[in-house]
Amino acid sequence: MSEPTSALGGSSAEGFARVTEAGLHGMITLRGDLAAPAMARALKAATGCALPGQRAISAHGANLAAWMAPDELLLLLPYPEAAAICAKLETALAGEHALVANVSDARALFRITGAKADQVLAKLCPVDFAALPAAEIRRTRAAQVAAALWRSAPDEISLICFRSVARYMFDLLATSARPGSELAPA
Amino acid sequence: MSTRLATGGRLIDRTKPLGFTFDGRALRGYAGDTLAAALLANDQMMIARSFKYHRPRGILAAGVEEPNALVGLGQGPRHEPDQRATTTELFADAAMVSQNAWPSLTLDVGALNTLFARFLPAGFYYKTFMFPRFAWKHLYEPVVRLSAGIGKAPAEPDADRYEQAYDFTDVLIAGGGIAGLTAALAAAQGGQRVLVLEQTAHWGGRAPVDGVAIDGKPADAWVAEALATLRAMPNVTLRRRTMVAGVYDHGFVIAQESVADHLPGADLPRHRLWRIRARRIIAATGAIERPLAFAGNDIPGVMLASAARDYVVNFAVSPGDRTVIVTNNDDAYRTALALLDAGLVVPAILDARATASGELPNMARARGIRVLEGRGIAKVKGGKRVRAVQVCAQAGEGAELETIACDCVAMSGGFSPVVHLFSQPGGKLAWDAANGMFTPDPARAPTGADGQPFVACAGAASGALQAHDCLEGAHAAGGGTGPAPQASAPPEAPMQPVWMMPQGAPPALRAKMWLDFQNDVKVSDVQLAAREGYVSVEHTKRYTTLGMASDQGKMSNINGLAILSDALGQPIPATGTTTFRPPYAPISFGAIAGEARGEIFQPLRRTPMHGWHEANGAHWEPVGLWRRPYCYPRAGETQTQAVMREVTNTRQHLGLLDASTLGKIVVKGPDAGRFLDMLYTGVMSTLPVGKCRYGLMCSENGFLMDDGVVVRLADDTWLCHTTTGGADRIHAHMEDWLQCEWWDWQVYTANLTEQFAQIAIVGPNARELLQRLGGLDVSREALPFMAFAEGTLAGIPARVFRISFSGELSYEVAVPASHGLAFWNACLAAGADLGAMPYGTEALHVLRAEKGFIMIGDETDGTVIPQDLGLGWAISKKKPDYLGKRAQERAHMTNPDRWKLVGLETLDGSVLPDGVLAPAPGVNANGQRLTQGRVTSTYFSPTLGRGIAMGLVARGPERMGEEIDFVAGDKTIRARIRDQVFYDKDGEKQNV
Amino acid sequence: MLTLTCPYCGIAADETELAPGGQAHLKRFGPGSSDDEFEGYLFARKNPKGVHFERWRHAYGCGKWFLAARCTATLEVFGTYPAQVTEPPPEIIAAIKAKRPDWKGF
Repeated sequence: MSEPTSALGGSSAEGFARVTEAGLHGMITLRGDLAAPAMARALKAATGCALPGQRAISAHGANLAAWMAPDELLLLLPYPEAAAICAKLETALAGEHALVANVSDARALFRITGAKADQVLAKLCPVDFAALPAAEIRRTRAAQVAAALWRSAPDEISLICFRSVARYMFDLLATSARPGSELAPA
Repeated sequence: MSTRLATGGRLIDRTKPLGFTFDGRALRGYAGDTLAAALLANDQMMIARSFKYHRPRGILAAGVEEPNALVGLGQGPRHEPDQRATTTELFADAAMVSQNAWPSLTLDVGALNTLFARFLPAGFYYKTFMFPRFAWKHLYEPVVRLSAGIGKAPAEPDADRYEQAYDFTDVLIAGGGIAGLTAALAAAQGGQRVLVLEQTAHWGGRAPVDGVAIDGKPADAWVAEALATLRAMPNVTLRRRTMVAGVYDHGFVIAQESVADHLPGADLPRHRLWRIRARRIIAATGAIERPLAFAGNDIPGVMLASAARDYVVNFAVSPGDRTVIVTNNDDAYRTALALLDAGLVVPAILDARATASGELPNMARARGIRVLEGRGIAKVKGGKRVRAVQVCAQAGEGAELETIACDCVAMSGGFSPVVHLFSQPGGKLAWDAANGMFTPDPARAPTGADGQPFVACAGAASGALQAHDCLEGAHAAGGGTGPAPQASAPPEAPMQPVWMMPQGAPPALRAKMWLDFQNDVKVSDVQLAAREGYVSVEHTKRYTTLGMASDQGKMSNINGLAILSDALGQPIPATGTTTFRPPYAPISFGAIAGEARGEIFQPLRRTPMHGWHEANGAHWEPVGLWRRPYCYPRAGETQTQAVMREVTNTRQHLGLLDASTLGKIVVKGPDAGRFLDMLYTGVMSTLPVGKCRYGLMCSENGFLMDDGVVVRLADDTWLCHTTTGGADRIHAHMEDWLQCEWWDWQVYTANLTEQFAQIAIVGPNARELLQRLGGLDVSREALPFMAFAEGTLAGIPARVFRISFSGELSYEVAVPASHGLAFWNACLAAGADLGAMPYGTEALHVLRAEKGFIMIGDETDGTVIPQDLGLGWAISKKKPDYLGKRAQERAHMTNPDRWKLVGLETLDGSVLPDGVLAPAPGVNANGQRLTQGRVTSTYFSPTLGRGIAMGLVARGPERMGEEIDFVAGDKTIRARIRDQVFYDKDGEKQNV
Repeated sequence: MLTLTCPYCGIAADETELAPGGQAHLKRFGPGSSDDEFEGYLFARKNPKGVHFERWRHAYGCGKWFLAARCTATLEVFGTYPAQVTEPPPEIIAAIKAKRPDWKGF
């Protein structure tokens, strides 16, 4: 089998913050009744993650479960495990009205790192970063395309977009991070 | 003459001289100068010519309200016309050119217009160019165009970059003068997030120039302390060179930050457009001085009194050796005193008021200045520069009392609060008759999402023109507790509104009194408009062009509507103001575009094989935001030849198409079948697991909106393919109906379009290729037409659909996108000796048209129902309901005269032009020829060696064999109506 | 440029994150309905100066459709609520009546 390749093969750009395409990550869309006990059980069993509350992200090791909508989660996990975890979820949710879809290849993941990472995104997203807590996923717009982002570490924001616009997103982020264009007041 | 003074200048740095040019002349200024200050320091009072009469135009103001001093600035890719010299900071080697003058500023041919001024009154264009009608297009417009516009558009792409940024705040304060800073201190001490934006490079506004003292300190010192306090607060952000351009609904604010206008060539964004959400906005935007309307008030050397003071105090620039002050208020006396302090001469102050006995007039008298009460200017003498003024009684008709020689006139007609940011989102104004100004009415402030007022004015913008009131109000507006900073300045006696000088001026004088200096609108023009029946200020504005220049009437509007009110015999508030619209002052197109230019002008969606297509010479076709290969021309091949080769190769051997862009939506749940039966015209609930079915989707008004192959993956799971452009739209359409109409149905959808790369493998050798890739039984028996199989191909997880959009033996293979390129390469490698060759969208079109397959967007245009396309077989007659069914029962939809799909072949074998119409006898109510048909798809078929086409023709299917004429320009092309399937009617090739 | 709070995810969304969907609370008429009923459903839309109910999708957010009650003249927002209702919920009606006592009702 061929080696799977991410949209940009891990490209990065250095500016007043660093922009990196983070390679392939396992991603699973899980839709269902989040209030149903079976859902929390299946999630726990398959990923170890607790069911996240509204807009929250719960973590277990390398696995994350992010609240995308009242009936939708996005699970992030190591790429090679996605198919197996999909299968586990399917089994655990058999008989429930739920949808499990492997979307690992449909997305691109970026990391924006540095003390001024917020400023890179403040140029692109109508989001009040001063009021964005850690462990919250914010679905929004980055310039002209949809994005979901969260504070993945101190001085780091992670951002997911569709794979087809990965190059556009990378160019946007890199342009936004160009040295000298910090938003510092004068 | 105007010149640089030996000492002073609070904003300039004499240790940093800067060279610059004006119309090629090398001049010198200092860091801290505005362009206007630097020009005046070099005795360049005349800067431009006016738009209509090409009258000489000098510097009138010192700020954003300047109507005259617009220059072309910069060279080559950094040239930009209409840069306001009064607000643009001087930088090294700035290259300015004057505008609106040819061949030169001093010798201008267009100035002849002024000789004909009496023949060019308001409405001249409307009156003159009406008849004969044909002449507008062929004669008048081309001539008028030659003289239209101000400045020269740059010839090269802009070398600068621009960006945008979002910000959020509790309180946004527009204006960094003493009112803005007072409001900021008050709001910040209350713990709110505060953002203060100042349009200039300097904090403090007018107060330091006006000699205001605050809390016992000079204004400059107080400002420095206030800034230090604010900078130390984590909840405060201060930005200079940031002009609030517009306030919109729900506290949305646009502001332009001039990041690098003063640092051209630096590797910085030139402008940054801020998009701010503010819970509350305090407009501490000050007030703008009004000119006085007297004859010759447009001659270079006449300027606002406050501006004359600014140039002296801020830039140590003398606007003239002898300055006559003409005023209706006390504030202008400050200018007289400032000029005296600088060692300049003030021969007289002409005060239109009958008495001037306040503290400031008395200070002027004490300094030995002649103060003439009840006097005005009858006429300014001079051409390109003021030489003298003729003094008259303000109460009279302009009889000359004396002539005073001077080279500068500083005028003041009072102040107008800058209410723009309050008015833009709907705030209403009140008329303050005593001060002759409109002020924001707090009781009718603009309201936000919560119904509460969200914009308040503070300081002079609120009408508080005296420093003490100004700070009291600003402190309160910021929500301050405790005492406000105390400002002290000499008290001012009441002003007296003066709209025309002298009050009884005869027509000859009124025709030389400028209201709008940039657009050349005079008192006589507004009066003419009133005589001709214009009673609405909005109509008068457009008829006379008053306030329509790039300064948007900042100085002219109030004077103009006062003149209009007088002419109409009604009070000023009955006339009202024109609407205040953003932007407050012009912002750059670059800032509006932001980062969206070049490669990131808009998103370009790329399939996993995009890079391969690019590397292999694909000629692109934009499809939605994707770019798909149109064809792959080889060396020496035209695009047409490439398409023919690709079609022929696919029919004879093996073609590969990147079909990854097709939409792929999973629909799952106990009610999924029922849901799809509502969504599609056909029945999807009965589709067996493992099978594919072609489906049509209509909007609720019956029109065909999308088509594609639906696959039943499992008992409760379907996969819906959509068109390339339809993926997101159809997914949204599904969610709309699920969430808003059938919310009790148990269905989930997921848009998996980008999860898979999809490749169409088409042609007689298709099966052989898949067999070589290995891993799946793709035999005729195991994988019949309209079935699918899952497994691995070439070691890659794959789903194989046996479907055909070409009429050939054909498979579409979906693999995870991360393996897409590898799979594509595997197909090319394994199929090399089978004739495997990529084909593009144009070959796809030819292949489908030969088979008579419709294409959404070609055969459909939003007015076509499936019944028009002979697709009745894909519409269930048994289903009680589906989206669009009721609409398709409407009388117009069932009319037998509708245009319906047929095949078309020209008698001579040529290719019909796309989109051409077939005329029918007779004309419609508008005298246009009736039509009976239109070509929707047309190609040269290499398979048949002739042109083939499809079209919609009135009662087409009933007219098989009939010949009709299509008209393309002056050519008539005859075509025969026929069945639309041109190739393999029985479908034998795809069933092998 | 409105800000509307999505009742599903709680985000005060910028208008650029939303997609508009026209008038809310339409009653669908399908096969079997009269021409007048169908015309009303498909084409007749209110255009009030004042209280209005609209459909919005949090398109760049959670993807959910919600409904908003707002004043078309002042842009005051009386409330947003989930789309799975056939008429405005009582608390929205109450909020409107508190602000617009003269409102004739839904």
